[in-house]
Amino acid sequence: MAALTDIANKGRSVAARPWPRTVVTRGAWQLAVQYLVDAGATMLGLWGDTGAVHLALLEEPSGEIGVVTLECPDGKFLSVAARHPAANRLERAISSLYGLKPVGAPDTRPWLDLGFWGVTEPLGRAKKSRVQARAYEFLPVEGENLHQIPVGPVHAGIIEPGHFRFTANGEAVARLEQRLGYVHKGIESLMAGADLDTGAQLAGRTSGDSTVAYALAFAQAVEAALGTDVPPRAIWLRALMAELERMANHFGDIGAICNDASFSMIYAECGILRERTLRAAQACFGHRLMMDRIVPGGVAEDIAPGGETAVRQLLEAVRGRFPELIAIYDNTASLQDRTVATGYLSPTLARSFGAGGYVGRASGRAFDARKAVAYAPYDQLDFEVPVRDDGDVNARLWIRVREVEQSMRLIDQILERLPKGTLRAKLGKPNGVREGVGLTEGFRGDVLVAVRLGPDGAIERCHLRDPSWFQWPLLEAAIEGNIVADFPLCNKSFNCSYSGHDL
Amino acid sequence: MRTSLLFKNLMRGPMTETAPAPGDQALAELAGRVDRAALARLGRSLAIREVDAGSCNACELEIHALNNAFYDLERFGLRFVASPRHADVLLVTGPVTKNMREALERTHAATPGPKWVVAVGNCAVDGGIFAGSYAVTGGVDKVVPVDLHIRGCPPTPTDLLKGLLALLERPQK
Repeated sequence: MAALTDIANKGRSVAARPWPRTVVTRGAWQLAVQYLVDAGATMLGLWGDTGAVHLALLEEPSGEIGVVTLECPDGKFLSVAARHPAANRLERAISSLYGLKPVGAPDTRPWLDLGFWGVTEPLGRAKKSRVQARAYEFLPVEGENLHQIPVGPVHAGIIEPGHFRFTANGEAVARLEQRLGYVHKGIESLMAGADLDTGAQLAGRTSGDSTVAYALAFAQAVEAALGTDVPPRAIWLRALMAELERMANHFGDIGAICNDASFSMIYAECGILRERTLRAAQACFGHRLMMDRIVPGGVAEDIAPGGETAVRQLLEAVRGRFPELIAIYDNTASLQDRTVATGYLSPTLARSFGAGGYVGRASGRAFDARKAVAYAPYDQLDFEVPVRDDGDVNARLWIRVREVEQSMRLIDQILERLPKGTLRAKLGKPNGVREGVGLTEGFRGDVLVAVRLGPDGAIERCHLRDPSWFQWPLLEAAIEGNIVADFPLCNKSFNCSYSGHDL
Repeated sequence: MRTSLLFKNLMRGPMTETAPAPGDQALAELAGRVDRAALARLGRSLAIREVDAGSCNACELEIHALNNAFYDLERFGLRFVASPRHADVLLVTGPVTKNMREALERTHAATPGPKWVVAVGNCAVDGGIFAGSYAVTGGVDKVVPVDLHIRGCPPTPTDLLKGLLALLERPQK
C-alpha cells in the first residue's frame, strides 16, 4: 500500500494545506519509520513543536507529500534515527531546542546548543542555565598512526564558521566529524509571535545565498495557509528571481571549485559572470541578491524599466562566454585529475538521506521540487533536470553547468511569456488557526517551510529546513579515504550552508 | 579554444572599474578614532581577516565580490589573509551569535596591534533583525571594540569599498 494512505488511515487528519497532516499513534509513527527504512518514503523534514514532533514525508515513487505528527505529552517520542540515520541531527536539534527526547536514539549528544545561550531548551521549557562551553565528545577513532586535525570554527578564508575534526591516517582521511551550530541565531524563536512581514524578512535571512528560495517557500506556506491566490505576474517574476539566484550561485560555485584546484582563471571568469548576474538582478529588482522582493501575497515591486533588457544582455554575455570556459574545464587534464573520482557519494546514501540539489542529482537522485511539486509557473515551463550517477566532485560541477543552461532556457521563456497584471494579492484573515507548507527548489536543493498562523494572523510556529541538513552528513561520507588536501575541493562541491543549517 | 579566450582577454583590456571615493560617513566615524601612530605603522597596505560571527552569509558573498575583476580590492593594497596573526584589520559580519562570541574574542586577541575592527552589515551594528534572540549578543561592539561600521543588508561591494578606502585616508589637519 502507498505509504501516506497507509499511515493516514491509522491517524486523525488535521486541516493543513497544500498537503494533509495526520496526527498518529506510536504504532503508525513506527510504520512511517518503516517506510523510510524500506525506501517507500523519503524524509523531507523532522521538527519539533510544543508537545509534538512532525515528520514530512515524500512518498516514493508516487511523489505525494504528507506530514505525520506524533504528540508527545510525556516529552518523549520514538526515535526515527534509531532506524534511519538521516534523522540523527534533526532529532538532536529537537532535543536541544524543545527538550523532546527521542527514545532509543543512537546519539544523544546535543546539537546546535554549545552551552553559551544561558538557557537550555529555548523553544521548550527555556530553563536558565550557566553560560559555559559544553563538553563535547567526538566519536572515538581507534587505530595505529592516526592523528587528528581540528579545523575551525574560524576558517582560513571568507567562509562561514563551523568545526571539522579530521582523523587522518597519513594523508588519507579516516573520519571527518562536523560540529555545527556556531551561527545559530534563534530564527525560529524570533518567528514565534512575529507578523508576516517580519517573518518574510527573517526567512529571507536564513541563508543569504538562498534568500529568494527561502522568501518564496515562506510565502508559499503562508499563502497555502490563508488560501491566497497569487497574481500570475508575481508568480512569474518570482521564478525569474529564483533562476537568477540559481545562476549567480552556480557561477560562484563552479569558479570556487576550480579555484580550490588552483585553477584561478576559471575562478576569475566565473566571478565576472556572477557579478554580471547580480547586476542584472539589481537592474530588475533594485537589490543584488533580491532580498525582501518576494512577500506573502506576491512580490514587493514590479520589474524595473530596463530590467528585461538587462537580463537579455546577461544571457547573451553568458552564452558568449560560458561554453568556452566549460570547454577549458573539460579539456584541462590537471584540473580533471583533481575533480574526477574525488569525494564520491554513493547513490544509495544520497537516496537514503534524501539529498537534494546538485549533491543528490550528481548521485542519481532526480528529485527537483520544480518538477516534483511543479509549483507555478514551472508546471507551464519547458526544462530538464540533469542527473548523473558518478557522484564525484566532477559530477557535482557538471550538474551545476547543466542547471545554468536550463536556467537560461527558463528565463528565456519567462521573459517571453511574462503575464501582465497586479503584483500582490491581499491576504485573507485566518479566522482560526491555519497551517501551510512551502517547498521550493533553491540552488542548493529543496527548502521546506512549515508555518502555523494564529487566529490574529501572527506566526505561532515557523520551521525552516535547509537542504544542507541532508547534505552535511553526506560530506562526512564523501571525504572518507580522500586525502586531507582534497577536502576544500569536496567541501566546495557540496557548498552546504552553515547559516541555513544552524538557523 | 583556450587561445581564443585568453587572446580575447588580452585584447579587451581590464574590467576593473574606477574606485569610488572613500565614504563621508566612514571618514567621519574614523576621524575621531584612528590614532596617528597606528596609521603611520600600518601605512597604506592592510591585511584583512574576515570573521563571520553569525551572518546569514549574504555579507560574505559581497565581501567575496571585492576580489572579482570589477572591484579588484588588491589594487589598493588591501588583501584578505588566512590568519588573524597576519592581519591588521578584522572584518566582522553577523550579530555575533553567543556560540561565536568566544571565537571572535580569541581571533581578536590573536591579531597583533595596532589593529582595526570593521563591523559589516546591519546586524553587526546592533543585531539587526536578529536582536533580542536568546542566541545573539546583539552587535560586534558588544564583544570587541569597533572602529568602523559599514551598514547595509548586505552592503554592496561599492559600499564596502567606500568604507575600506576610508581606512587608508590620512586624517585632515
